Amino acid sequence: MSVDTETVARIAALARIKLGEDELAAMVPELNAILGWVEQLGEVDVTGIEPMTAVIENHLRLRDDVIDADPLTGGGKRGDVLANAPAAEHGFYGVPKVIE
Amino acid sequence: MNDYRIQGATGDWEVVIGLEVHAQITTQSKLFSGAATEFGAEPNSQVSLVDAAMPGMLPVPNRECIRQAVRTGMAIDAQINKYSRFDRKNYFYADLPQGYQISQLYHPIVGTGSIEISLDDKEPEASTKTIGVERIHVEQDAGKLMHDQHPTMSYVDLNRCGVALMEIVSDPDMRSPAEAGAYLRKLRSVLRYVGSCDGNMEEGSMRADVNVSVRKPGEPFGTRTETKNVNSVRFVMATIEHEANRQVDVIESGGTIVQETRLFDPGSGTTRSMRSKEDAHDYRYFPDPDLLPVELDDEFLSECRDSLPELPDAKRHRYENEFGLSSYNAGVLTAEVETARWFELLLMESARAQGEPPAKVAKQAANWLISELFGALNKLGTDLENSPISPEKSGELLALIGDGTISGSIAKQVLELMLETGDAAGVLVEREGLKQTSDTGAIEEVIAKILADNADKVADYKGGKDKLFGFFVGQTMKAMQGKANPQVVNELLKKALG
Amino acid sequence: MTDLTELGVAAIRDGVAGGDFTALEVAEAFNANVAAAQSVLNAFITPTPEKAIEAAQAVDAKRASGEPLGKMGGVPIGMKDLFATKGVQTSAASHILEGFTPEYESTVSQKLWDAGAGMLGKLNLDQFAMGSSNETSFFGDAINPWRRNDGGNAALAPGGSSGGSSTAVAARLCPAATGTDTGGSIRQPAAFTGITGAKPTYGRCSRWGIVAFASSLDQAGPMARDVRDCAIMMEVMAGFDPKDSTSLELDVPSWEASLSPDMTGKRVGIPREYRLDGMDADVAKSWDDGIAWLKDAGAEIVDISLPHTKYALPAYYIIAPAEASSNLARYDGVRYGLRDLPEGAGLQDMYAATRAAGFGAEVKRRILIGTYVLSAGYYDAYYTQAQKVRTLISHDFKNAWSLCDVALAPTAPSAAFALGDKSDDPLAMYLNDVYAVPASLAGLPAMSVPAGLNSEGLPLGLQLIGREFDEQGVLNAGLALEQRAGFVAKPEKWW
Ligand SMILES: [Mg+2]
Ligand SMILES: [Zn+2]
Repeated sequence: MSVDTETVARIAALARIKLGEDELAAMVPELNAILGWVEQLGEVDVTGIEPMTAVIENHLRLRDDVIDADPLTGGGKRGDVLANAPAAEHGFYGVPKVIE
Repeated sequence: MNDYRIQGATGDWEVVIGLEVHAQITTQSKLFSGAATEFGAEPNSQVSLVDAAMPGMLPVPNRECIRQAVRTGMAIDAQINKYSRFDRKNYFYADLPQGYQISQLYHPIVGTGSIEISLDDKEPEASTKTIGVERIHVEQDAGKLMHDQHPTMSYVDLNRCGVALMEIVSDPDMRSPAEAGAYLRKLRSVLRYVGSCDGNMEEGSMRADVNVSVRKPGEPFGTRTETKNVNSVRFVMATIEHEANRQVDVIESGGTIVQETRLFDPGSGTTRSMRSKEDAHDYRYFPDPDLLPVELDDEFLSECRDSLPELPDAKRHRYENEFGLSSYNAGVLTAEVETARWFELLLMESARAQGEPPAKVAKQAANWLISELFGALNKLGTDLENSPISPEKSGELLALIGDGTISGSIAKQVLELMLETGDAAGVLVEREGLKQTSDTGAIEEVIAKILADNADKVADYKGGKDKLFGFFVGQTMKAMQGKANPQVVNELLKKALG
Repeated sequence: MTDLTELGVAAIRDGVAGGDFTALEVAEAFNANVAAAQSVLNAFITPTPEKAIEAAQAVDAKRASGEPLGKMGGVPIGMKDLFATKGVQTSAASHILEGFTPEYESTVSQKLWDAGAGMLGKLNLDQFAMGSSNETSFFGDAINPWRRNDGGNAALAPGGSSGGSSTAVAARLCPAATGTDTGGSIRQPAAFTGITGAKPTYGRCSRWGIVAFASSLDQAGPMARDVRDCAIMMEVMAGFDPKDSTSLELDVPSWEASLSPDMTGKRVGIPREYRLDGMDADVAKSWDDGIAWLKDAGAEIVDISLPHTKYALPAYYIIAPAEASSNLARYDGVRYGLRDLPEGAGLQDMYAATRAAGFGAEVKRRILIGTYVLSAGYYDAYYTQAQKVRTLISHDFKNAWSLCDVALAPTAPSAAFALGDKSDDPLAMYLNDVYAVPASLAGLPAMSVPAGLNSEGLPLGLQLIGREFDEQGVLNAGLALEQRAGFVAKPEKWW
């Protein structure tokens, strides 16, 4: 499968990356080279093979339902979560106005 | 049952409805972080580094969320999947800091189940329908955007972000707004019984995506639209009503329905297309590589099962069979877990106060609760949950009726006084002198006077007008200000009238 | 007095503990080297000399009061700028995170500070760890301190993505540094600069607080002068972290104390599929040397087959970009980092503009590949297929472990290449990780040890891959190689 300019433009839009025309034109052959190369995976017979889910055999741990049990992953830190925000106002993150 | 039909220019149309209900799982902390979930906190005060998707942050799942989803699945007799996975649903929006929602697409935790709805409150068994539930999966809630605080900016509050939701997806089995309403009410009831969701639609703990399509009866499904986040039963019904009519109009005027996301406007009762999420169709789901599969063992599952309470249908049947309640009364008392809980406390207190087994006093308690207390609370503009009198105090009142201390009519008076003063029934009866008398001497005295004053009626009675017996009872009770024991009055009257 | 910057982790730790010199003296010596090299080698994005001094003074004070100094007491290190460090810019070498100053510390860096290490600065890397030459950094190339012996003085790549780390350790700007390895990002730069780098079993080191590239592959590890130093540092970095759902709930073994170069009774597998057509002659020779050295150490050499080797790189270049495309969605200009808000732009325009301005070309390329392979209609053909192939690659190793205890292979197909040599050809760049990627896909512990110099006078590395959880086996085989290779060469100082 090879991608055309329109497809790359659609993918870039989906990924929210604005591409200039030159950038888009350059990207098409690059992506095609990479996609053409990864497609050799299609040769592999994977009959009866499960896709990998855990790299190393391990079990999902579930945590107890306790508020702020670990301060590093708890709430109540508005200052910390807003500290790096480009446009924080009145305790909110500001973004350009959204019309729903 | 009448089929619900939209009457179009080209004939009748059938409406096909499926609901995706998002129910907030009742937990202290969020699905993947330790931040609190409490409603109404200061903006961004309940946000962890994880919820704000800071670089390098990772999700760790909350056991209680998994447990409540499993218990909910068990409550609707659904298949519980011992193996499930979290997937990422990728899209960009300001209320979604990670740029993806952690949800379950490929392997949900709960598979197919069903919910039985009843379409007739008077006769719950008379008209029932089974609505299929396709799946329940667990996922993160998004944050909140506020659009009216600033002229050019929207404000983002992430407090809700990462709160655990169950998405309960029905089959397209409903055919009318009424069925959808019944389904939502029943689902809400089950969730509240299980304790997995508080069902509070005003606070957004439960909201529905409403999928609607129309077709000519017998034809294949039409194209559906999805109206997002409708937050009351009434609005869901209005959405269906409007959307079905709109679709019929579109089709009959030569148009086609496009599969799209719509928004319900409660002001106008109409739906409109939601442009902002237009291109969000390609969600690029894939298993979240930060999380391992959820694997449930038998011990976990049996704890979930053992901790399930008696559910509304089972309770209703028990009230009918064990207590001899009418199916209407049983239905009213079991529809809401709070009502049933209150009723059972009342029953316990009343039985204790009367020294009788609950089954013996259940009818009295049920009738009194439904016809007396509900009415009185309604008049006060309050409900059972906020009732100023407790089941214990009510039990005492019922016992006073049961042992003949007061009559039914005096009981109404006592209830009003209790609601006014907060005093106990016994105290009020004593203080107000409302005690019913069985003092035969006093009653005989009154009866003698009444018979003397109404000699003509006595003669008529003796002449065969049996119905006049009621008149003499009424007069006696009136003279006794309602405090005479009706049984004693009956006996003495019979004796006096020969 | 000896040049303290010639000392490694163990020597500094022991010297500080023994009072031969103070931690402050060590920190000052390395700070001086960092400052002198910075404008030329560009190993650091943010030097933090004051942090190094502060930590050293704390260790010296502890020693004065007789307290234990920690497993790395007094050792100043470099921190790859992918680890969140509280109060210090954490950029992932990107423009989009330029100026981002976390309010939190990554688990691994915290463990290092708790063990008495100090921070010399945040090290350069390929942007978001995507690259094999450190050429994708927004903050410029890091320069390999090695030069070819042809007198041409061509600037060479230090490898990547941990290119700042490899540069700094090789140039004696720090005795050790952290790295992260997603598809060879510790081992390949270690090989390119004549140092030692190890990646533990996936899940040994917590990923909490490390800027994510590809979650199912990312793993932190040490980069240092020798095997012992790696063992010490890895012991400190590893350990269960309840904040990371994929963290292994295992005790950390005493890797340093159990080091042994005796390979008697051990079987070393030589994967036949790694012997590629047209293999670089010097690389082939160093591999043969390695085989001979391990035999000499008492090991039995066995031929093993890893039949799906050929498919490892293509599988990697589906899985890693797919995960990355999603992991990097959070860089949107709302909560931190760059925001590009063109006049009149709406929210979605702001995202597109911010990400266009904030991501470099390679990052964009990988996000687009990842977005494409996950998109509707292609998911199964690409992603599911790749994850199945990944299962097969993992099976290959499991089968091999019935025949051998550890596998020996080259780390990279060539020595360091010149800057610019491959930067125009993404595929040629990707092929550099052909030997490193299979162990990453299988989550196995692996390390690169310097094996000698090639005909151009550049270092070559040999790679050891072990069973899951058997870091000790890898370290021991690494030590056996190290002792026999006798690699003492170092880049001549020209900066
Ligand atoms: Mg929906
Ligand atoms: Zn949902």
